[in-house]
Amino acid sequence: MADLLEITPNGLYCAAGNFYIDPWRPVSHAVITHAHADHARPGSDRYLCAAPGKHVLRTRMGSQALIDTLKYNEHVTINGVDVSLHPAGHLLGSSQVRVSHRGITWVVTGDYKLQNDTTCDCFESVPCDVFVTESTFGLPVYRWPDPETVAHEINAWWRANAESGRTSVLLAYALGKAQRLASLLDPSIGPIYGHGAVMKLVEAYRASGVRLPPINRIPPHSRKIGGGRGIVIAPPSAAGTTWINRFGETSLAMVSGWMLLRGVRRRRGIPKGFILSDHVDYPDLMQAVHASGAQRVLVTHGFTDIVARLLTERGLKAEVLATRFIGETNPDDGDTDEDAQDLQAPTHESIDTDKKDTEDAQ
Amino acid sequence: MKRFSDLYWKLDSTTSTNQKIEALKEYFVSAPPEDAACGLRVLCGAKQLRAVSTRSLREWAAEFAEIPLWLVEESYAHVGDLAETLALILPDQLTQEPNSTDHSTEPLPLSRCFEATIRGLKGKPDSYKRQVVEETWKRLTPRERIVWHKLLTGGCRVGVSRTLVARALAEMSGLEPAVLAERMMAATIETAEDFQSLISPHPTSADSLRPYPFFLASPISNEPQELGSVMDWQAEWKWDGMRAQVVRRSAGISIWSRGEERMNDAFPEIVEAAEHLPDGTVLDGELLAAHPNNLLPFSMLSRRASRKRAGKKIRTEIPAVFVAYDLLEARGKDIRSEPLSFRRRELLTVVPSAFQRQPALSGGPATLHRNPAASSDIRMFHSPLIDGHSWDDLTLTRQQARRRGVEGLMLKRIASSYAHGRPRGDWWKWKVEPLEIDAVLHYAQAGHGRRAGLHTDYTLGVWDGDQLVTVAKAYSGLSDKELIEIDKIIRSTTIERHGPVRVVRPTLVFQLAFENVSRSTRHKSGIAVRFPRIARWRRDKLPHEAATLSDLKVLLAQATGQQQLSGEQTE
Ligand SMILES: [Zn+2]
Repeated sequence: MADLLEITPNGLYCAAGNFYIDPWRPVSHAVITHAHADHARPGSDRYLCAAPGKHVLRTRMGSQALIDTLKYNEHVTINGVDVSLHPAGHLLGSSQVRVSHRGITWVVTGDYKLQNDTTCDCFESVPCDVFVTESTFGLPVYRWPDPETVAHEINAWWRANAESGRTSVLLAYALGKAQRLASLLDPSIGPIYGHGAVMKLVEAYRASGVRLPPINRIPPHSRKIGGGRGIVIAPPSAAGTTWINRFGETSLAMVSGWMLLRGVRRRRGIPKGFILSDHVDYPDLMQAVHASGAQRVLVTHGFTDIVARLLTERGLKAEVLATRFIGETNPDDGDTDEDAQDLQAPTHESIDTDKKDTEDAQ
Repeated sequence: MKRFSDLYWKLDSTTSTNQKIEALKEYFVSAPPEDAACGLRVLCGAKQLRAVSTRSLREWAAEFAEIPLWLVEESYAHVGDLAETLALILPDQLTQEPNSTDHSTEPLPLSRCFEATIRGLKGKPDSYKRQVVEETWKRLTPRERIVWHKLLTGGCRVGVSRTLVARALAEMSGLEPAVLAERMMAATIETAEDFQSLISPHPTSADSLRPYPFFLASPISNEPQELGSVMDWQAEWKWDGMRAQVVRRSAGISIWSRGEERMNDAFPEIVEAAEHLPDGTVLDGELLAAHPNNLLPFSMLSRRASRKRAGKKIRTEIPAVFVAYDLLEARGKDIRSEPLSFRRRELLTVVPSAFQRQPALSGGPATLHRNPAASSDIRMFHSPLIDGHSWDDLTLTRQQARRRGVEGLMLKRIASSYAHGRPRGDWWKWKVEPLEIDAVLHYAQAGHGRRAGLHTDYTLGVWDGDQLVTVAKAYSGLSDKELIEIDKIIRSTTIERHGPVRVVRPTLVFQLAFENVSRSTRHKSGIAVRFPRIARWRRDKLPHEAATLSDLKVLLAQATGQQQLSGEQTE
């Protein structure tokens, strides 16, 4: 019997239900796990996502896109196939897609994390026969520190910078990480600012009812914003651009799971790194696999062959699910970075817009 | 361990000299002297003991972390640093140390940790070692473990120079940095007392065999014409050997390498020769491997120096000589602040010449031989000067350097004193332009340290028919951006993997620069290149356009046409 889900040139396909999950080419029906650019691509006829993610997906897919929604845990039948969405904890509206047909249940995690995050629903384990999991950080060296401790460190760093009159700049992915980060900041230290690319999504989060501390747009003229007490959240691609220079004296830090490794911190040339990720670390990945109860696991996005081998040794039927992203995860490679896909197009656009602002000001 | 580990990470996280000095000072002030002594040894890059093999360490760590060994290896290939990899895979710190309010004490101070968990393992059975290692893992945080792993496996390098350490100690003790640099070079610092006497305001054992800090030349960056009149400068060959100081004092004789290692046992014939020097003499010069009339390639010297104790056989096969450049101490008096012209005159009274007198540009390849008056077993002589009445003369002479087996010319200001460290302006090295060929990437391996995780260690080959033969391993010379791009190509063109080494399909061509070529039986190609590095990435070249083995053989023929112990002198 053919698998319920299979890889086709357009992406992961359910033949029985005639729909795709996170297709990489335009198709008629696309079920979307989350709005990051390597999972949600424009051009499909219809999209289906979790209700809390609608505004965010809209900012990415444009005003013309047809977007249907499902509440978490609500079931819909597509051509006789039972489909439901369950929180993945990756970012606002991120889902695991559960597909069930003729007594066989598959769960596709998309990207996910088990940690607490007040800006989105927490991951819920869904029992299944086949578990399709990401493996971005699927090596035992990746074990995240407690996010509360990290938040505490970030605030302490910000406070110290504010006291010496240096603007703090945090580099974080514009969608998901930036908003989570904002929710962890202590606004009593100083004003919070967001890069244009971050602000667009902050608005989408607010429109979806997520509570965030006050975040300001960056005023076009001022240099020492917030009297040197401010903190700016900007996408990583802003590092090393003239856009950063406008803030005068700054302290720069990058927020990413890759910051766990000394070599990555050094190569990025970024003086400070905070370890905070929206992906599962190794222990959480193992835990999620175990909790799913699946006997068969397909591993995608990341250290696929390593995780598949390990799970096989532990008695599961595990395979690599080849996606079109060839090669392995490389923390220095923009294309396969944690969520870097997300940044490529939209961010450069907005940096350009910001550059124009600067030029206008002169 | 915590205090030293904090210092390690502070030094690691900054490139600012001042911040490094501050961190060092803070460490030396706060650490108990026995810890400071131990920390100083590590900071100065003293030879370290490999108490545990990295093989055992990874096996124990795998079992301790309850993961298969292959997963440890895969993690290592990703992280690029074994100490870090193991520190990260191990379970979190298990034993919370009692929180001491007294900051002067820590539960596991460096010196005690060193004695108990590193030195104490020497000669012990593996079961004992493993027990100590596991107990220590439980007590340390991941950051501390990284540093401890590096100490344990004898590979702890810290990103500070001795000069910087000397400066920090000088600021802390109020002594001159030069005094500290000298004391650090001579003394072995083992105990608390050693450390205290290092920073003591009172002079220490005056008759020691302490060498002086080396004066290092900088590569010349502009045209030599910009140095002013050629008359203000002294030119010598830049010998391709090992820089060394010969100290002859009443207390004895010592041959010091630039790494401040005593090399008496490796070069006994130089020690013998030094016995003829007057008491209170310190020479700066170069150790070379040479038969009476011809220089041997550096690779042979390096083979010779790698023997801790040189036996008769290797002494006959690879004889050593010492070419003196400079006299730093004469009749027991430090003359480093005297001008070079004065020191040179004094040098000639102490060390003989080994060369015949010949004009610099007599035409034809240099065929200068030893002075027949000098005995053929003379082991120590002074570096001859090169006559040059104009910069153009010297430019021409420099072009002969490779054929002579030297690296180029040294230019020293006649009025210069013997400084320490690498101050710019008075001493320049003026190397010959490197040789270059285009070579093809054959194997790649992930780098370590700053470049951990990226494939940055390249093995390059040239064509022998349709086969690639390896010519060199090369690392530097590319920008971080290029390295990242190349890493991507390496990952997508990998055809085989052997542990961390990837065999790639030949697609990448690099311009490989090197100082010289020599015959080698240790390389499959039969040729060894000296100081290979990547000059640039030839995106414009296809792999089959790269060099062939016969191209390299032509270079070899040109280079070895004449490699003689040659020089001209003006005295
Ligand atoms: Zn994502």
